[in-house]
Parts: sequence; C-alpha cells; structure tokens
Amino acid sequence: MSKISRRNFLIGTGIGVGVTAAGILAYKMMEVEPKSQAAKVVIIGGGAGGLIAAKYIRILDPTLEVTLIEQNLAYYTCFMSNELFNGERTVESLKFSYDGLEKYGINFVYNQAIDIDPIARKVVLQNGKQLAYDRLIVSPGIDFKWDSIEGYDEAVIGKIPHAWKAGSQSLILRQQLEDMEDGGTLIITVPKKPFRCPTAPYERASLIAEYFKRNKPNSNILIFDANTVFPQQDLFMEGWEKLYGIKTENSLIEWIPSNEAGNLVRVNAKEMAIYVGEFEDEQKAEVINVIPPQKAGKIAFKAGLADDSGWCPVNLKTFESSLQKYIHVIGDACIASPMPKAAHAANSQAKVCALAVVSALQGKEMPEPSYANTCYSLIGENFGVSFTAVYHLEEGKLQYVEGAGGFSPLDASAEQRKREVAYAHSWYKNITNEMFN
Amino acid sequence: MDYKTTRTLLLVSGLLFATTTWANEDNLPLMILNSCIVCHGFQGSSLGPATPSIAGIDKEDFVETMEAYKNDEIPSTIMGRIAKGYTHADFQVMAKYFSKQTFVRYPQQVNLDKAKQGAVLHKEFCEKCHKNNGYSFGDEGASILAGQWMPYLRFNLADIRANVREIPKKMKKRLDKMLKIHGEESLEALINFYGSLTERK
Repeated sequence: MSKISRRNFLIGTGIGVGVTAAGILAYKMMEVEPKSQAAKVVIIGGGAGGLIAAKYIRILDPTLEVTLIEQNLAYYTCFMSNELFNGERTVESLKFSYDGLEKYGINFVYNQAIDIDPIARKVVLQNGKQLAYDRLIVSPGIDFKWDSIEGYDEAVIGKIPHAWKAGSQSLILRQQLEDMEDGGTLIITVPKKPFRCPTAPYERASLIAEYFKRNKPNSNILIFDANTVFPQQDLFMEGWEKLYGIKTENSLIEWIPSNEAGNLVRVNAKEMAIYVGEFEDEQKAEVINVIPPQKAGKIAFKAGLADDSGWCPVNLKTFESSLQKYIHVIGDACIASPMPKAAHAANSQAKVCALAVVSALQGKEMPEPSYANTCYSLIGENFGVSFTAVYHLEEGKLQYVEGAGGFSPLDASAEQRKREVAYAHSWYKNITNEMFN
Repeated sequence: MDYKTTRTLLLVSGLLFATTTWANEDNLPLMILNSCIVCHGFQGSSLGPATPSIAGIDKEDFVETMEAYKNDEIPSTIMGRIAKGYTHADFQVMAKYFSKQTFVRYPQQVNLDKAKQGAVLHKEFCEKCHKNNGYSFGDEGASILAGQWMPYLRFNLADIRANVREIPKKMKKRLDKMLKIHGEESLEALINFYGSLTERK
C-alpha cells in the first residue's frame, strides 16, 4: 500500500465511523492536515518492549505514525507473577489494558501479525490486512521449543503447567498447589540458559516455599536444573538457608544442578513423572512445573530474524536486525547479552531503539546509547534482593560500566532485605505505569 | 475495524499532547534518563509504595546527592550501585530534567490524628528549611517532603537515627530537641503529616 493510498484508507475509516461527531471531525481535520508523508513505524507486540518503544517514538517525534499490533486486549505481566504463589497478589493485579496509552496517538491494531515481507516492507495480519512500514520494531517475547522434551507439549500443559506466560497457566499451577495435600512434592524443571527472566525459577521456588512453610510445612520442592549455576545464587542460598532450611534434613527446597543429574530428559504426564540426567532417573511428584526451553517469538522466524540459536542478532546501537534491514528486534527475542531477558532490560532496549528509529527517520545521528537493567528477586517475607547493571556500547558489544551495578550484599541486615521488597514493589508499580500510561 | 483509535483521536490527541511534551531529544535526554525513570516515574513522580519522587527537586541538591550515593556516603539498597554508572555531567542533565517536572502527589494511607500532630511539629521544628509545609525545597539541600512516600521517609529517618545518614548540624539540633520534648512518636507524626499532603503545587 503506497503512502497516499494508506492515507485514503485512513480517511475511509474516518468516514466509516460515520455520523459520529468524532468521525466528522476526523474528516474535516484530514482535509486541512497538510502532512501526508508521515513516516510509518509499525510495532509488533504490546509488552515491556513494544509499548515503551511506541510511546517514546510518539513523544520524541509526534509527526511519526505509530501502529502497534497486539493480539490480546489485555496484558498480564509475567514479572511479579510469582507473587501469585505466596498469596501476595491476585491475577487481576497483573492485568493491564492499553486504554491509558490513547493519549499518545498510537494506533492500536488488535490482531495477530502472521508474516513480514522485509522487501516490500509490509506486515501481514491474520485478518488478511497488510500494514506498510518505514521501520518495523518486533518485540514478540518468547516462544517454547515444544519439540525439545519428549512427552512435554501443548497437549499436557493443563496437567503440567509451564506458567511461563502469566494468566491462565499461572492460575492452573496455583490451583494445583492449593489442592495438593500437605506432605506433597512439587518439581520445578529449569531449562538451559538463556530463557526469559533468569532468576524467576528460583524466585518461584522461594515464594512457593513461603506458601508451604505457612500452609503445608511437610511438603517440599525439588528444582531440577539444566544449568550448573544460576544468577543471584549466593543470595538465594542465603535466603533459603535462613528461611527454608536448605542444607538441613527438613529443607523445603532442594536444588539439583545438571552435573548432579538435574537436566530434564523426558516427561510422562500420565504418571506424573519426569526423567532426569544421563541415566534418566525417574522422579515423581504431586505437582510438576516444567519451564520449557525457549526461543524468540514465532513472528521472528517468519521474517528470518532469528539465527540458529533461536534468538535474533541485532546491532546493539540501534537494535536493527543483523539479518534484515529496517527491522528492529527488542526484548526477550533479541540477543543482547549480557543484558538478561527481563522486563527492565526490554524497557531499556526499547528506549534505545525508539531513539534509533526516530534518528534514522529524521536523518539524524543516533546519540550515544545507554542501557540499564534491574532484576529484583523476592525470596520470602521481607526478604528481597537485587542485581542491577548499567551498560555501554564498546566496539559493538554491550559492556558493564565498570564499578557500577552488581548484587545486593551478602549477609545484609534484615532491614535492608525488607527495604528491597518495598523497592521491588515500587519498581513494579512504576514500570507498569510507564508501560500503560 | 481494527483501529481502536481512529485517525481522529490520533490527530486530536496528537495536537493536545504536543503542547505539553517534547518534540525532540534535546528536551528529553532519554538515554541519560533511561535508567532513572523506570523506578522513579517518567516525569520523576513515583507511584510508590517506597521509591521516592524526585520531580521538582533542587538541581544542586540532586547532583550533590547523586555524587554522595556514588561515593557510598549515603546508605542505600540499590541507588549507590546504579549511581556509579553515571558521570557528574550525567547527573547535571538528570538534575535539569527532574527539577523542571511537577511533583505529583498520590494519596497514601495516613493516620489523621498523627498527621495533625505532625502538622504542629512541622511548624515548630521543620518549616524553617522545609518551606511551605514541605511543599518546597529549601536552602542547603532541604528536600521536598510533602507527599513523599511514607516508607521512604521512614527508611531515611531510621538511617538518620542510626547515625548512618548524615544530616546538617542545624537539622540535628532541631531533631534532637523535638525528640527530647515529644519522644520517638513525633517521627511517625511527621511522616503521617507529609504523607497526608496531596495538593498539586
């Protein structure tokens, strides 16, 4: 669709609204509106990356036309969703609508992007419509590698939930934990890195342990991990020792790394069993939470944005794809190591990308980018820890700004741990406010 | 029709918010603010429950405070770690931006009896520096206190009482005097008073 015909199409929709005052106003304003060559930015995905990119592009340059494609009318944040499991939070508290973003003049298209034509620069929607773009930002989040674990696929997620996308899956897992009798076992399996939110499996185990400690003290949690180490590990171990008796006989949590046969090989949903390690040891449990191996969201593969790793390589100064011109990839789907796949990282990348896209469309030089990330982990009641980092670009690679960032100190005071919980909740309030308002 | 917002809304709202916001990066140094605004709010007003609002802050005080965080002279959970990632010039850019923003005050759960006591205490012991009931910043780094998040005020006062957060001599004198006459409860009274203030000014 050419720029002119798209403009006509928009006028058409204005008239289509018909006799409403808004429609008439739209038509009149279109007649006097001189700008018909507004550059078009299309964004796929209304999450932690896409929304921030859309908002800041419109703020930085209100002459740009921004269209955001999102398949759902509401968004459930994955971040903070582990608080469903210690009873701190309802699923409704994780739900956000996009209404608060109307003031920025972003066109919201509630549909699914099913294909991208990088040559003609068009996105194809499920309803058959096509959207032309000058720049496309793809922020699709993650998809699961369903074929990677024998016996675990979409057919069994009602019985063995992944709960790695918030919403109904999280509720299934919570219900199973509520229904479980005291003395039961929960198994959580962790895939090999990288995956969405690298500390979240351990935070989940922690907050479920908190729930068990209060309500089902004879129960236990086994974490089978395809990795040998995990982020914030020392802090988690400190918390697990203080709160859940790890290293004791009555520990609520046991962590089994891959070098101790922790890696998941096979699942038997009927038997509620998993098989781990070289010798495929059988492990049974009342509740099983398999966090599947992950890759970039589906649409990234349609346009050839992902490489063999399953993730999307990008120029980290602009987040433009290394494989396709004029398409940018941000958030969990892109390769931005050492930034983790996390909401704050996606937010930060989206701002860099917004500035890069605006600069490119205005024909200006991209200013020096700057990136940051904070990952809070809640380990139990009044026990929060964090990792934070500031990054800069050096020879095309992201580097930690030396001397900055790092982990919460070990053996900090109870007051410090308590404050980090309050600040984690503040982080959540403010990042969601930035996304949805 | 797929378009939830029609072109109408786009145009109208576009015109409306064009007058209240920025046209380009010069006025919105997004890269330097990248990190700040995630926790402290887009225009420096935090939604709480604990992270403080920094909108309307005194420019010099902001830069000094950030330098102090950077050098571990002020205790913090995370601010010190983040501050080390930025330069003095960055702090100046941040200060310029946040000092221009309006402090948006959100309602907090307050004990009105305590707030009333706090109002009296404020007048007697704090108003001289934390002017206009704490709505304005004062000389020598006296912060805006009106509408600040109560847990944050509580954390800071606890650090001050534990002698890990330095305060000006003048403030220490007044604080000691207040505590001597009115006891430890006076601190909660003040916190509730500041938390009860929600006017936009």
